[in-house]
Amino acid sequence: MIFFIRRALQDMNNNKFLHIVTIIIITLSILIVSAFSLFFINANDLMESWKKGIRIMAYIQKNTPEVRILDLKLKIAQTGNVKDVRFISKEEALELLKNQMGQQRSLLNDLNGNPLPDAIEVKLKASIENWEEVEAIAARIESYPLVEDVEYGQKLIGRFTNIFQLFRFIGIAMGVVFFMASVFIVANTIRLLFYSRHDEFEIMRLVGATDGFIKAPFYIEGIIQGAIGGIIGITVLFISFWIISSNIDQGFSSYFFSIRFLPFKLSFGIIICSMFAGWLGCFLSLKQFLKT
Amino acid sequence: MIEKNNSDYLIRMFHVSKSFVAKSALSDISLDIVKNEFVIITGPSGAGKTTFLKLLYLGETASQGQILIDGKNLSRITRKNIPFLRRTFGIIFQDYKLIHTKTVFENIALVLEAAGNKRSYVQKKVKSVLRIVGMEGRNNSYPPSLSGGEQQRVAIARAVVGNPKIILADEPTGSLDPQSAEIIVNLLKKFHKRGATVIIATHDRELIRTTKSRVINLKEGYVQSPKVITI
Ligand SMILES: Nc1ncnc2c1ncn2[C@@H]1O[C@H](COP(=O)(O)OP(=O)(O)OP(=O)(O)O)[C@@H](O)[C@H]1O
Ligand SMILES: [Mg+2]
Repeated sequence: MIFFIRRALQDMNNNKFLHIVTIIIITLSILIVSAFSLFFINANDLMESWKKGIRIMAYIQKNTPEVRILDLKLKIAQTGNVKDVRFISKEEALELLKNQMGQQRSLLNDLNGNPLPDAIEVKLKASIENWEEVEAIAARIESYPLVEDVEYGQKLIGRFTNIFQLFRFIGIAMGVVFFMASVFIVANTIRLLFYSRHDEFEIMRLVGATDGFIKAPFYIEGIIQGAIGGIIGITVLFISFWIISSNIDQGFSSYFFSIRFLPFKLSFGIIICSMFAGWLGCFLSLKQFLKT
Repeated sequence: MIEKNNSDYLIRMFHVSKSFVAKSALSDISLDIVKNEFVIITGPSGAGKTTFLKLLYLGETASQGQILIDGKNLSRITRKNIPFLRRTFGIIFQDYKLIHTKTVFENIALVLEAAGNKRSYVQKKVKSVLRIVGMEGRNNSYPPSLSGGEQQRVAIARAVVGNPKIILADEPTGSLDPQSAEIIVNLLKKFHKRGATVIIATHDRELIRTTKSRVINLKEGYVQSPKVITI
């Protein structure tokens, strides 16, 4: 094994230029994919933090007696994943509205009575995982008698969820494309090297070398290329991240959310994928050789 | 037709023929070569000498007939096992086939490395073989910087370093002056004395005359009336 690694390193040293170009291309692929993952992870965190702040407003039918509203409030409070409920009477709601309107509040003075409904504000537990759960709870509350309507910013966040799904899809597609690009570039490098040394391998076979003996250094070269490209890519991303985040962090982060780098496991996984790409490139280009 | 293997036979050929696309190179060859024999295959250019050697190490496959090497039928050897067959041979090619981008030392070490030998053994063994062929000072030279006779000696060193049972030498004295040729022939005789079976393909009259050994005479792919002289 050490023997093959030594041979592989020697080969790489003899063909520095080709290997450097290959590694740069792998590095760029890894950089793009991991930058996207980084963006994705943080966007995901942001979504999560929004979800945690989500409240559901349950509007109550007009002319419902106060006692029954209290019953309903109790019932909602006992629904799963509900953290907190608060009754907002229509008078309170009108006050809030007036405060919010500021200068234009005089408009409301002309109102004939109070058109707003009574409402119950429902805060959800932070343990909620995804948007579907929020929707389920809202639907549940809506099904209770006396509840006329529920509101939870469904349209806005629903659209976000869709965009988010699109992002996820684009991210995966990009990952696949760049993985294939890395495989292709390694395959091409190895093919070039292999053709250029064809006579040498023919002689090796004549003196009793197995195909495995001839191919092993190439596999090691492919894996080393993948590893170096992956490590450089992640490192460059980390340094850029570190520089950028130390500048914008204060303004951007909040109580719920602060930007973070790729988790260690994911970084490691990306490097492993990159090494696998190197191996696969090698496998594909060597498969067709040595068959005469 | 195939008799029970006598353990003395190292190579047996039964009605072996080889034809290329539009040409027959060897026809109906049947012969046996025993252990530690010294055999010269001769004949004019194009007679099929190189082809004869190639058939033995599966550089080519016979079109017809059977070849047994050390009791193994070549037609039953799978692609995967060819490298192991080739390790029973030490081959000196007509065109040397040294790797020009590797040093003399690396060229020879390759055989032992490919067979999975330890580094320390490889170092020791290559040095000792280079000493035997008189090339110990040229460890780190590259083949193109050597003379023809020197390259031939490196080729011999590579052929014998793995202690092969059979040494095949294709025109080992072909382009050499009489003195270099003598050195080469003496080396081959030396390894023969150490127990190897040696097969030389040559049209060097001088070599045939001075070497009292069995001569197989090929002409247009056929074996001519064999004369056997034992040594
Ligand atoms: N790969 C091949 N394809 C087609 N014909 C071939 C091939 N190899 C050899 N031959 C033919 O087979 C015949 C025998 O060739 P071979 O090389 O065995 O001759 P030789 O006795 O070694 O000649 P020389 O003394 O010139 O080396 C020749 O006519 C040659 O043209
Ligand atoms: Mg020949």
